[in-house]
Amino acid sequence: MTAVFLVDDYTLRTVALGAVALGAVGGALGTFAVLRRQALVGDAISHAALPGVVLAYVLLGTKASQWLMLGAAVTGFAATLAVGGIVRTTRVKTDAALGIVLSVFFGVGLVLLTWVQRRPDASQAGLDRFLFGQAATVLRDDVVTIAVVGSLALAVVAVLWKQLKLLAFDAEFGASLGMRMHAVEIALTALLVVAIVIGLQMVGAVLMSAMIVAPAAAARQWTNRLGPMTLVAAGVGAAAGAIGAVASSEVERLPTGPTIVLVATAIVIGSFLVAPRGVLVRRLRARRARSRLAAHAVLADLAVLEDGHGGVAHGHPAATIGVMEEADATTALRGLEQDGLVRCDSEGNWSLTERGREEARRR
Amino acid sequence: MSAARGPAAIEVTDLTVAYGEKPVLWDVDVEIPQGTLTAVVGPNGAGKTTLIRAILGLVEPAAGRTLVLGSAYEANRRRVGYVPQRGSVDWDFPTDVLDVVLMGRYGHLGWLRRPGRADREAALDALRRVEMEAFAHRQISQLSGGQQQRVFLARALVQDADLYLMDEPFQGVDATTERAIVELLRELRSRGKTIVAVHHDLQTVPEYFDRVVLLNVRLVASGTVEEAFTEEALRKTYGGRSALFGPDGR
Repeated sequence: MTAVFLVDDYTLRTVALGAVALGAVGGALGTFAVLRRQALVGDAISHAALPGVVLAYVLLGTKASQWLMLGAAVTGFAATLAVGGIVRTTRVKTDAALGIVLSVFFGVGLVLLTWVQRRPDASQAGLDRFLFGQAATVLRDDVVTIAVVGSLALAVVAVLWKQLKLLAFDAEFGASLGMRMHAVEIALTALLVVAIVIGLQMVGAVLMSAMIVAPAAAARQWTNRLGPMTLVAAGVGAAAGAIGAVASSEVERLPTGPTIVLVATAIVIGSFLVAPRGVLVRRLRARRARSRLAAHAVLADLAVLEDGHGGVAHGHPAATIGVMEEADATTALRGLEQDGLVRCDSEGNWSLTERGREEARRR
Repeated sequence: MSAARGPAAIEVTDLTVAYGEKPVLWDVDVEIPQGTLTAVVGPNGAGKTTLIRAILGLVEPAAGRTLVLGSAYEANRRRVGYVPQRGSVDWDFPTDVLDVVLMGRYGHLGWLRRPGRADREAALDALRRVEMEAFAHRQISQLSGGQQQRVFLARALVQDADLYLMDEPFQGVDATTERAIVELLRELRSRGKTIVAVHHDLQTVPEYFDRVVLLNVRLVASGTVEEAFTEEALRKTYGGRSALFGPDGR
């Protein structure tokens, strides 16, 4: 019993480490893809990686995941070149070019995969793990690969920080400074390919692009600076990886890859709601501003009404003020009453207090 | 205006630029002496922005050559400051004012170095010169159009250049900002700098600038405002429409 538990634990640790690494790298690189409005490029790369996996197996005759990842990287990168080529030479726009390339490469990948699987020898078994991902097949060596390659990618991001920032914000200005923006763009694409390829075995070609987009989208809600956004995105990706890996090991038959993606999505939704830039907080702030504005207007209305009566304190029912504001003024009046700026007599007539009068004049 | 300060700030010879088959600039020759304030004027699609971009080496010309301060742009890059159109970037980008201004130092920093204390001082100083120092840590999405333009100007100022190329620096700014920018441009000129700006408001050309380049794919006229900014040249530039003071002269 104890032995089984230890084995389980070991597997979980391996899977969780791999998931954390791929989540962090995907999140960091995804920041730049999302800010450049190129979230779909990640989708094209991950789908286009599938034929590369099968081709690497067929041509090299190995199932070692390092070689399969290399194949995936080659076709993934080729797909981005194809998109660029289509946009440059035809009148097809980028979104359509991405759609074409994504489906053609993925289609070819599926055909190749089916063909390989029909061959009589059984050595191909398990190649389809790259389609939807299968965390259980991720071994210690694979995790080492993911961690090493991923760390290298992050190191390159750190070195090229200024260039990448300018590429995303103002590429023309960067070019005017003599930066080779085209080369930087190619470098970023290559890094994105790396980030995607290292996650294929665990998350799969179909879902991997979510690990590029989701952490960055969540991070954007929390911060207004590029550095923190990149770090938060990496953190969100890592957290999604860890939580997803643990959750799927606790619950039987819960697939790891999709669980990781769902956790990332949940973080995105949560961020949209509660983060400083999120919907809820912005709504709340807008409402507070509106009510402050309403109180302001109501105070002014009372002052005007008072002037109409020769400046003597004179009460008016809430309805009168409501008509002036074309809205119900009761809430605003009650708020002002709490601040001691207006008072209400026994007949429900509202008038300014001494302080309220001063305040109205001051405003 | 004497031009006896070494080579021309800009020397454009037989420049032709085409996007696809459509020529955007056709056989354009322009010479701009140092220490002057020049407006580049012409209707939409006249190639004004393309001229700036060609000088900066951002577009590959089909023919002709451009010299900046006497040499190829690459050789004198660090002596040139650039203010792109305000609308060319995403102002919702996650960064603050100081960080954008610091980008002007990147050309001096080289590949690996990060902006240091001296760069930060320079950036704050540039923000002071455009009266934006209070906004140093403001998120850029919270800026008005005029403030955005001032930030871009500050970024060019920290480039510490001898020649400034500006694409519509007065586009969509308030009157206060416009006056502040003119003030700044004059101050730069008084220190021997050269400024070339794409400009849309024909009425202010004689007041703000001392030279003008009239462009409509071909070069129509180039020279001091007195020589080149004539009714006839304007009519030629804007194709017969009464350009000066007319509704089309925006």
